[in-house]
Amino acid sequence: MTLLEARSISKRFGGLQAVKDVSFSVAQGSIKAVIGPNGAGKTTLFNLLSGFIAPDSGEVLLRGMPVQDLPSHAIATRGLSRTFQHIRLFGGMSALENVMVGRHVRSRAGFMAGMLNLAWTRAEERDIRDRALDSMEFLGIGQLAHANASSLSYGQQRAVELARSLTSEPEILLLDEPAAGLNMRETADLAVLITKIRDRGITVLIVEHDMSLVMNISDEVVVLSYGEKIADNKPLAVQKDPQVVRVYLGEDEC
Amino acid sequence: MFLELFFQYLVAGLTYGTIYAVVGIGFNIIYNTTGIINFAQGEFVMLGGMTAVSLHAFLPLPLAIAGAVLVTMAVGGLIEMLFIRWLVKPSVLRMIIITIGVSILIREGALHLWGEGIRSLPYFTGNEVSAIEIGGVRVSPQVLWALGVAAIVVLLLNVFFHYTMLGREMRACASNRDAAALCGIPTRNMVTLSFVVSAGIGALAGCVVSPITQTQYGIGAGLAIKGFTVAILGGLGNSMAAVGAGFILGILESFSIWVMPTAYKDAISITILLAMLFARPSGLFGNSEAARLKEF
Amino acid sequence: MFQRFRHITALAAAIAAVQLLTAATGKEFFLTQLTMAGYYTLVIIGLCLLMGYAGQISLGHAGFFAIGGYTSAVLTTVDLSAWKAAPAISLLAKSGILTGRADLYGGQILTVHPWAAFLCALCITIVVAFLIGVPVLKLKGHYLAMATLGFGTIIYSVVLATSRFGAADGISSVPAFPLLPGLAVTGGSSQRVANYYFAWLLVTVGMLLLINLIHSRVGRALRSIHGAEDAAGAMGVDAARYKLNTFILSAVYAAVAGVFLTHYNGGIGPSEASIMKSVRYVAIVAVGGMGSLWGTLIMSAVLNFLSLRGYFGTFDDAVFGSILIAVMLFSPEGVLKLDIRSLVGRWIRTDRKAGA
Ligand SMILES: Nc1ncnc2c1ncn2[C@@H]1O[C@H](COP(=O)(O)OP(=O)(O)OP(=O)(O)O)[C@@H](O)[C@H]1O
Ligand SMILES: [Mg+2]
Repeated sequence: MTLLEARSISKRFGGLQAVKDVSFSVAQGSIKAVIGPNGAGKTTLFNLLSGFIAPDSGEVLLRGMPVQDLPSHAIATRGLSRTFQHIRLFGGMSALENVMVGRHVRSRAGFMAGMLNLAWTRAEERDIRDRALDSMEFLGIGQLAHANASSLSYGQQRAVELARSLTSEPEILLLDEPAAGLNMRETADLAVLITKIRDRGITVLIVEHDMSLVMNISDEVVVLSYGEKIADNKPLAVQKDPQVVRVYLGEDEC
Repeated sequence: MFLELFFQYLVAGLTYGTIYAVVGIGFNIIYNTTGIINFAQGEFVMLGGMTAVSLHAFLPLPLAIAGAVLVTMAVGGLIEMLFIRWLVKPSVLRMIIITIGVSILIREGALHLWGEGIRSLPYFTGNEVSAIEIGGVRVSPQVLWALGVAAIVVLLLNVFFHYTMLGREMRACASNRDAAALCGIPTRNMVTLSFVVSAGIGALAGCVVSPITQTQYGIGAGLAIKGFTVAILGGLGNSMAAVGAGFILGILESFSIWVMPTAYKDAISITILLAMLFARPSGLFGNSEAARLKEF
Repeated sequence: MFQRFRHITALAAAIAAVQLLTAATGKEFFLTQLTMAGYYTLVIIGLCLLMGYAGQISLGHAGFFAIGGYTSAVLTTVDLSAWKAAPAISLLAKSGILTGRADLYGGQILTVHPWAAFLCALCITIVVAFLIGVPVLKLKGHYLAMATLGFGTIIYSVVLATSRFGAADGISSVPAFPLLPGLAVTGGSSQRVANYYFAWLLVTVGMLLLINLIHSRVGRALRSIHGAEDAAGAMGVDAARYKLNTFILSAVYAAVAGVFLTHYNGGIGPSEASIMKSVRYVAIVAVGGMGSLWGTLIMSAVLNFLSLRGYFGTFDDAVFGSILIAVMLFSPEGVLKLDIRSLVGRWIRTDRKAGA
């Protein structure tokens, strides 16, 4: 079953066609990767899918519902969560608090409940905290819970960001270059982790430059070049695609 | 009768428009070099007018005005050196609060120095009843002085920014501060200079309109908000558009008296500001595409 | 969790201690200014939530205070007895929403009951805050500051220009606000102690609610917006709605204070709506440490009391102007967190640079 679908979406920045007429779909329970050279439009594509920017044309369907006109928070509420290529943690909050924000979409205490601190609000708050700690444990960063988020190392911040998204129990998780800045062992661990996330029933769409990671874990791979989709297939088939090879060899040369 | 009234309102609108335009330009000059909105902008106008009145007690009018402009420029420069210069990457909020604090201090200083009295300079030529006929309409010569001075200020600023080395360096600093610094332009001094220049033109405007609009210690805050309205109407950072916007606001305000009690005049121009901010923050003449790239 | 209650208990103890101290030293007349300081503190902690936690500046909060105060003042002073015969008025009178009382000259007048006026004031405040908040909170930085300043100026000039609001004189002879039998919000000296406790009870309750709020899911969301608005959006936080709700909440705090202080003083004047008042509120939030409710509360109590007692003399506004500048220059985190060492270091660094 198709969970997320892009229907010929395009986005132009001034004179630059960042994403051009891209269509693809992500099946529920799968891991799909988006690859492409630097500046190919991968992050822009993620921004379009997650409602950070609106497409000039085309549609984004989440569970068959058009969401391209919704703001990002509304799309998050519908079960899409994402991480950022350039990590965006909430400064001035502890790692645990950062992760607890991830539970926002699955909790409901509003202004009144918060001010009155009712019994059910307290229970909900405890639940949020427990689940946040759970996802931090799952990612092996439980010991960092009370550290200030901005004092963490790069890799730890990435993990906190991932924990934050996981805590929302999304239907689909968009990861923008999660292996950037990780060493080979950490990357291997990440591969295991992503499969585990998928096994929890969370569909994964991932942008990644690390080919071994992509080819190992993905069920399907989309290739972008200059904003256009040039391939969308199983990893092995993509690796053999002459157009893809040309794009990547061309990149290697310079 | 109707026409006569119409022209009277128009002329009043132009007079106030001049001062709004100059305050708006002052905002833009500082905004362009620093990205700061100087909430103390209106105080320069007050300071210019009040100082000139005091100096005129023992100096001839032209010297009193020149002195007032110089004093205000010195105050402008001092403000920058004391409160702005040494801040490392201050947040917008911090800058807003500091310039508000500065405007309060200037205002309170003026209150203690000059009291609450309303003062004004004498008419530059003639007196309050003298008038010049232009095409059947009688206009006070002071209005012509105000318009003339505003025109000269705009002209000189254009020459300064486009044809002098210093002015070009300031523009370079405005368009890209880091690049300007790399080219060896002392960007910090440019910032000081922008405060000095905008203080100077504010003071000059304060002097020329003082005979008509009069000066009191508390007029700065109102002028600041009007000047900002004008800067927004014209598109923030766009100095020359502020002139047109200033006249538009002055005239709108002046004619609003026709349909509303005078007391609501301020409320009307601020409503225009709010409507503008909500509907078209890039300004009447601005390019909304370009404006979107700015951080609102 | 328990820390919250420790702090609140400490506040209650301090409130009682101050009252006992004034009684012991024979300075009960201080309670008048302390009561007024309490109401201003209510405005200021509400503004602290907006500025420190939602990260939105408001240079027009005196406007909301004035909306509360003036609504209540007008409704409780305008005599409706001339329309007594009108069915709507007589219905309102029968239902207790209108109440008769003797005016200053001994005549019998019919006005809106203070409680009904209070509810009206709250409704009007919420509606105005909503209408203003929706467009204004889309703005950032200078634009937001100017727009809220503009809102404050509009309220001020409307108040000043409207005879119904007493123009420059304001509205006087606002009646007492009955709370319980034998207890009313009024400036009379027989109720001075009770009024002191009532004002600070409001502050304590208001504080408890805010403290709860900032430690809740909403508080976390507000801080996340402050930290990284786009990432907060990706986590499902509707930044616009949270900012708006916070804006309305802080406007309500200001209006409640406005209503009660107006009844306490027996009147309200246009200076309560002035920009200088709004700026003063911002100044105190800044000294308190922008986002430290307790720091703000302490600073507000002290500064408002000193100012109301007239310790700053004719330099009242200048003092607040200087405070604003000094805090923002030297310690944007508030005076309670002043970091002397880094401050000196910065002076030295800039001097060196200037010397080089
Ligand atoms: N907000 C924007 N305004 C203007 N141009 C933009 C904007 N965002 C992205 N671009 C441009 O669009 C193109 C695609 O950028 P994008 O970030 O999507 O690439 P990418 O595939 O994620 O690259 P990378 O692998 O380096 O992360 C780039 O040329 C970039 O400069
Ligand atoms: Mg990218």
